[in-house]
Amino acid sequence: MTTLLAVEDLSLGFATEAGFASVLDRVNLSIERGQVLGLVGESGCGKTTLASAILGVLPRHSVRIAGGRILFQGRDLLTAGPAFVNQTIRGRAITFVPQDPFTSFNPVFTVGAQVMEIMKWKSPRRAAPDWVGRLPAFLAPYPSPQRRSDREAVLELLDAVQLPRPAQLLRKYPHELSGGQRQRLMIAMALLPGPDLVIADEPTTALDVTIQAQILGLIRRLASERNVAVLLTTHDLGTAYEICDAVNVMYAGQDVESAPVDKFFAAPAHPYTTKLLASLPRADGSATGIPGEVPVMIAPPSGCRFHPRCDRAAEQCRTARPSVEQLGGGHWVRCYRPHRAAP
Amino acid sequence: MRRLEMILSRLVWFVPTLAGLVVIVFLISNVIPTDPVRVALGENATLAQVEAMRVKLGYDKPLAVQLARHFRDVLSGNLGTSIYSQRPISEDLAKRLPATLELTLVAIALSIALGIPLGVVSALKRNSLLDHAVRVVSVSGLAIAAFWLAMQLQFLFAMKLGAAPLNSRIDGFGPEPITGLFIVDSLLSWDMESLGSALSHIALPALTLALPAAATIVRFTRAGVLEVINSNYVLYQRAMGMPPGLVVWKYVLRNALISTVTQIGLIFGVLLTNAVVIETVFDWPGLGTFAVQSILQSDHKAIIGFTIWTGALIVIFNLLVDIAHSIIDPRGTR
Repeated sequence: MTTLLAVEDLSLGFATEAGFASVLDRVNLSIERGQVLGLVGESGCGKTTLASAILGVLPRHSVRIAGGRILFQGRDLLTAGPAFVNQTIRGRAITFVPQDPFTSFNPVFTVGAQVMEIMKWKSPRRAAPDWVGRLPAFLAPYPSPQRRSDREAVLELLDAVQLPRPAQLLRKYPHELSGGQRQRLMIAMALLPGPDLVIADEPTTALDVTIQAQILGLIRRLASERNVAVLLTTHDLGTAYEICDAVNVMYAGQDVESAPVDKFFAAPAHPYTTKLLASLPRADGSATGIPGEVPVMIAPPSGCRFHPRCDRAAEQCRTARPSVEQLGGGHWVRCYRPHRAAP
Repeated sequence: MRRLEMILSRLVWFVPTLAGLVVIVFLISNVIPTDPVRVALGENATLAQVEAMRVKLGYDKPLAVQLARHFRDVLSGNLGTSIYSQRPISEDLAKRLPATLELTLVAIALSIALGIPLGVVSALKRNSLLDHAVRVVSVSGLAIAAFWLAMQLQFLFAMKLGAAPLNSRIDGFGPEPITGLFIVDSLLSWDMESLGSALSHIALPALTLALPAAATIVRFTRAGVLEVINSNYVLYQRAMGMPPGLVVWKYVLRNALISTVTQIGLIFGVLLTNAVVIETVFDWPGLGTFAVQSILQSDHKAIIGFTIWTGALIVIFNLLVDIAHSIIDPRGTR
């Protein structure tokens, strides 16, 4: 397996009225070709920010990138030309499944029009159209032979995501579809350009519990069938357990632990991870919380940001952040005093 | 087929709307403390002549009877004759309608062509120098009295620079009449001389009318774009690497225009109102100058005739706006 995407020591933050918020602090992450990686953390831990940073859609006027690289197939997306990334990477090699399928469709266009617009610009069978310095994009032609063959591909994929009567569906407006149908469409739209990596940002949070399992199963199956890597952000360890190959845990803008899914659930090493797993409701309905609160990003704790809530914290945890420690087999942790599996 | 239903229900409401207009205008004209008969007959008429005229025109009857007669006449399509010129009112209105229609349509087109792009650009470049400049101009456009602006434009462009004619609608006889709209007619008959003359004459009054209308459109378009630009569906298209220009001018704009289009319907009414003043300043031979004359002469039937016609224009235009609305935002009509 080769590394498809590697985020190296990425630090960034936002200028806010209250001051500079350091949202990502030297975060590392790597995904291999065809791998489903779960990016797990509580709300506000920076996982959506990381996903947006990879997609390059953070608000330009307020974000400050302090350092690090986002290497996609060896190319740093942070320094590559924005027009190049927009035409050949975003929407082609890297696609996106949004969190909320209800508001992610434009309400006044049919879903068919929106799907076909993706195909017009991002069809895998055509090179990226060079729209710089030519006609305004909304006047660009869409020759009908191309449109017809693209439509065939769309109908095929709608069938693959188990949407019945696809031709009829394409004529509908977003509000005429259910949440599950919309998210299936979103998944189809993410796969249409033939991507290497799909970034799915909490793709099931907005859906009914019964639909959630179906959508997750669909993502898992299509990723395996098509050898597409998926970066799935979630706050739900159950989701991660069900469909991910590996898990990356974040806490308050820092990465704390990463492991293949079996090692992760069998032998969690970081104190935060162990507490997180212990906080899952047990069969008898009881649950254990983690004392304390998620820190504010404007003045985060020094060193390891988890130390105020950690019962294993020592003096060095407060002064400097631990470096990555390899535990073998793709399992690493950032902790001075991790839980060690019994030998 | 909800769109057809909407159009039909609007057409059904057409009649009561105009009937209400007739009642209101009839009552207002009777509240004005002038005597139309005396105005029409002049200072030297004797009391007997005035009395005879009053009976002849039905002004001796109670108000309710007069109103009922008005209704009877209006329903039979007869707006009556002017008490002053003795010409049929419908004929006068029909002759003047194209002038007003041409003026207001050019003004609307101008304000849309100016207002929508400026609104989008100032939303995209929020708080930039351009945004502030557009804001100053558009607030001024709303605050400045139309007749004052008209005279300033006349002074600057017609008197000082000689760049445009001072008043009237065209030099010479105008193009061969087909629609009555000089710009359209001169294009149809390929009469370039008339076209040039018509365009130069319409420039100043249309600009005067268009400025406050464009100001409203700028404000609503800007607000509409700002409301939509941070929505999830725009974020989605950006994340999928769609061309930024396409996202703004096709997908954002269509959503932003939903409230702007409703405003354009209201603006048309304001334009017709302003046209009354502007036509007078520019000596434009349209419905507005007719209305001013009729009011000054207390010509009740002419005033009511004018009101019915402009009322009908506004109702028709708003129906067109509603159709445009249902095309831009198909959610309500499907």
